[in-house]
Amino acid sequence: MKKTVLGALTVASFGLPAMAQDNIEVTLGVLNDRSGVYADLSGEGSVVAARMAVEDFDAASKGLDVEVISADHQNKPDIASNIARQWYDQDGVDAILDVPTSSTALAVADITAQANKVLIDSGAGSTALTGEQCQPTTIHWTYDTAALAKGTGGAVTERGDTKWFFLTADYAFGHSLEEETMKIVEESGGEVVGSVRHPFPATDFSSFLLQAQGSGADVIGLANAGGDTVNAIKQASEFGITQAGQSLAALLMFITDVHALGAETAQGLVLTEAFYWDHDDDTREWSARFEEKFGSKPTMVHAGVYSGTMHYLRAVEATGSTDGDVVAEWMKANSFDDPLFGEGYVRKDGRVIHDMHLYEVKTPDESTGEWDLYKHVSTIPGEEAFLPMEGSGCAFANES
Amino acid sequence: MFDLLGIPPQVLMGQLLLGLINGSFYAVLSLGLAVIFGLLNIINFSHGAQYMLGAFVAWMLLEYLGINYWWALILVPVVVGATGVVLEKLALRRLYHLDHLYGLLLTFGVALIIQGLFRNYYGISGLPYQIPSQLSGGQNLGFMFLPNYRAWVVVASVIVCFGTWFVIEKTRLGAYLRAATENPTLVGAFGINVPLMIMLTYGFGVALAGFAGVLAAPIYSVNPNMGADLIIVVFAVVVIGGMGSIMGAIVTGFGLGVVEGLTKVFYPAGSAVVIFVIMAIVLMIKPEGLFGRNA
Repeated sequence: MKKTVLGALTVASFGLPAMAQDNIEVTLGVLNDRSGVYADLSGEGSVVAARMAVEDFDAASKGLDVEVISADHQNKPDIASNIARQWYDQDGVDAILDVPTSSTALAVADITAQANKVLIDSGAGSTALTGEQCQPTTIHWTYDTAALAKGTGGAVTERGDTKWFFLTADYAFGHSLEEETMKIVEESGGEVVGSVRHPFPATDFSSFLLQAQGSGADVIGLANAGGDTVNAIKQASEFGITQAGQSLAALLMFITDVHALGAETAQGLVLTEAFYWDHDDDTREWSARFEEKFGSKPTMVHAGVYSGTMHYLRAVEATGSTDGDVVAEWMKANSFDDPLFGEGYVRKDGRVIHDMHLYEVKTPDESTGEWDLYKHVSTIPGEEAFLPMEGSGCAFANES
Repeated sequence: MFDLLGIPPQVLMGQLLLGLINGSFYAVLSLGLAVIFGLLNIINFSHGAQYMLGAFVAWMLLEYLGINYWWALILVPVVVGATGVVLEKLALRRLYHLDHLYGLLLTFGVALIIQGLFRNYYGISGLPYQIPSQLSGGQNLGFMFLPNYRAWVVVASVIVCFGTWFVIEKTRLGAYLRAATENPTLVGAFGINVPLMIMLTYGFGVALAGFAGVLAAPIYSVNPNMGADLIIVVFAVVVIGGMGSIMGAIVTGFGLGVVEGLTKVFYPAGSAVVIFVIMAIVLMIKPEGLFGRNA
């Protein structure tokens, strides 16, 4: 009996030599918010996107054995760090994907560099990821606060709404978004007439909106996110602020937020995104497949996870390695032409350079379905959208 | 007119009014808590989830059955109140003879389950709910633009609050209720069905939370966490007013809304903590709360 089993095993291993020797095992960990405020824009959708990338890449036939696992970091840096350490040290994870919430992303970036793995961040917004706290193994895929400020802040000011009032969430993210946008506004010839910092999270914005209304500003910049932005916009429309001629600029808004507001309330809002499902044939085709698996349209964060995973798998295939520095170097040396983000490349500091788009939310008359929400205003070329590498504070990228 | 600390009087008036509006929500929610605690001695931690349930049921009625806001205002408290009745009959009833802490833990667990279920089915981003067309628009009061809907919120809350106070403090039914909590055995001996009365009281308290949820749906984001964000503040309001005091809950609800509104003008960063600072001070000076009957 023992002999037959051994014999069978021997035959099997001789019979499939290619599989046994050449296959590279790759484990991808999607680490994001699965239950909190960012669960809709990242969450399970990002896992679906990563799995789609593995399928579309046809990893199995290219000698890659890819497994996708996931965990909930609850937007807390300590939890994110613990999971990242366990994944790298014990579970054989080769790359971590998504990681929304800047504080968690920064923590995971450090651990990733120490473990010589790769972090492909899609959900977080902080420019520090490729600035002062950059790491050679961090790839920041989808967007950052500077690109949002540039897109929305620049476009609105140039449109003629030059006087800004900021409604800012009182924590690190809000402050940095406010600061970046103020810079852009002043560079574009606008002026900042005031700002107010609201507690995070807040439910009632009427008091702050009234202060904004009294400031005489042309436009109220919302330097907050998620439920805060939704509440502020809902109440601005209620208090007749938009009807009275002041406009709103949502500095960070995802399609899930616009969907939550509905076209009736959100109409006319200007916002910047890296990806919109109805942008062209490629995005429509991919989004339809995504919706079939997930049940709703993808956000730009989901799209970023897909494209980042694709580029990562290309790198592993080409280099035959899963070492963080080797893979990251290949990803930076080779540009991509992606169905979702168009042509782009990964800069030396890890910032992914691709076009950003300015959209305006449709009116209920223009909208033909619950997800038919944006019309394209303009495209901001990648080179202009993101901060230049020089002076970004990223030490290793600016050496030599 | 004079400026107060650099704030023009128009702005001040506006903020006072806004504070009153926010206070309406605090008042209706803390009233429900006070009724439940005052008459049942249950610390109802699922109150926030029941408020959220109110907003969601209103949304479901509109989305699936086409039932408008005005009907929702009546139907939602009934539906949400009925879930409260079921909860009382199946679970809470078994805990009356135990320490308060058990009721608190049970209702807290129920809140987490309800929120989790809604998050699973409807996501976290929230759902759109429009202001009813009869109440859209607003009045220009000179010092501020008052949306008609907000004015309605204040009126509706005041009516509901004082109606509740009147029934409990001034009618025969209220007298039975208060007697039943003091001495259930004796009241039962007079032929009054005490368990039924307790069950309906809990249902009524929960219905108040559902009612507040409907009021909130058109102006706040309808999402599974909307109650969890608010409930801690509402508990602070109840503690300041005096646990179980009906009038205390109403007056402090409106009052603290105003205080919070003023903080948003003078020191916006402090508006999230001002209620808790007041709570700490009140607990130090008068531990039974401003309107508390006994310590």
